[in-house]
Amino acid sequence: MNHSIFIYILIAALVSLLIRALPTTILRRQITNRFVRSFLYYVPYVTLSVMTFPAITEATKNPAAGYLALIVGIIVAWFRKNLFETAVVCCLAVLIVEFIF
Amino acid sequence: MLLKGMRDGIPIGLGYFAVAFSLGITAKAIGLGPITCMITSVLCHASAGEYAVYSMIGANATYVEMAIMIFIANARYLLMSCAMSQRMHPDLSFGHRLAMGFGITDELFAISIARPGMLNPNYMYGGMIVAIPMWAAGSAIGCFSGGIMPERIVSALSVALFGMFLAIIIPPAREEKIIGILIIVCFAASYLLTAFSDKLGMDAGTRTIILTVAISVAAALLFPRKEADE
Repeated sequence: MNHSIFIYILIAALVSLLIRALPTTILRRQITNRFVRSFLYYVPYVTLSVMTFPAITEATKNPAAGYLALIVGIIVAWFRKNLFETAVVCCLAVLIVEFIF
Repeated sequence: MLLKGMRDGIPIGLGYFAVAFSLGITAKAIGLGPITCMITSVLCHASAGEYAVYSMIGANATYVEMAIMIFIANARYLLMSCAMSQRMHPDLSFGHRLAMGFGITDELFAISIARPGMLNPNYMYGGMIVAIPMWAAGSAIGCFSGGIMPERIVSALSVALFGMFLAIIIPPAREEKIIGILIIVCFAASYLLTAFSDKLGMDAGTRTIILTVAISVAAALLFPRKEADE
């Protein structure tokens, strides 16, 4: 079945807006349910982790470059470099590896 | 306050430009044009969220799968939005609440919430009007030039997004052992499920949804957080 790009983007935009603006507009008190709080707390880390690996090794022409970018990125991020710096270092790692091999 | 927000938005915008450039390359790979890319970027303005949009379009996912995936990929904004709601003046109008909610990204949330006292809408708007257009411009230019750039450069830039993801998940792992363990479990589970996904007939979007819900529920049950942790 063919889907319309327009509807895809409309759905994405609407869901994005609802997620961001529903709590700020409706929620006027603290969430108390411990399970819900814990779940919401863990979700960002889990979703970003599963989206990063192994996808990072498939994004580069040479998978080894992707693995190196992953390792270098983890080390750089560990030393609390910001988003931009970490992203640049990962790109450089791939550039160097793919230039040599 | 508006000007202060704009000033703080500049370094964020520069970072966005580079990362959005890599998103633009992803969008081009699935056949989207720069204008579509720019519109998506203004409306969604999220790294993981937009990456999810493009991968779902690429996988020819159903509309329901798209909605679920966007929810999952942006679920952290729900948490941030909840946190922001607790720092808004009770008399703040619906319009401001809506606009500020729309502006939530990892970085804009971070600079806004880091300021003492009640949130100032103008400060956040200042950050938004600088950072969001740079995000949109980066994605459109990435999408436009992705095809004419040398393959090596495209290959290198395509990991920028993942570098940004790492910069979000790794620093908290240093503070909390449980986050570090969680990341390792996620990497392993994601690797295994990807290896078998052809046999199971599972696409990347479905895989992310299943893994995120399953692992987060397990973590919330096994390691519920104490009030004081937050």
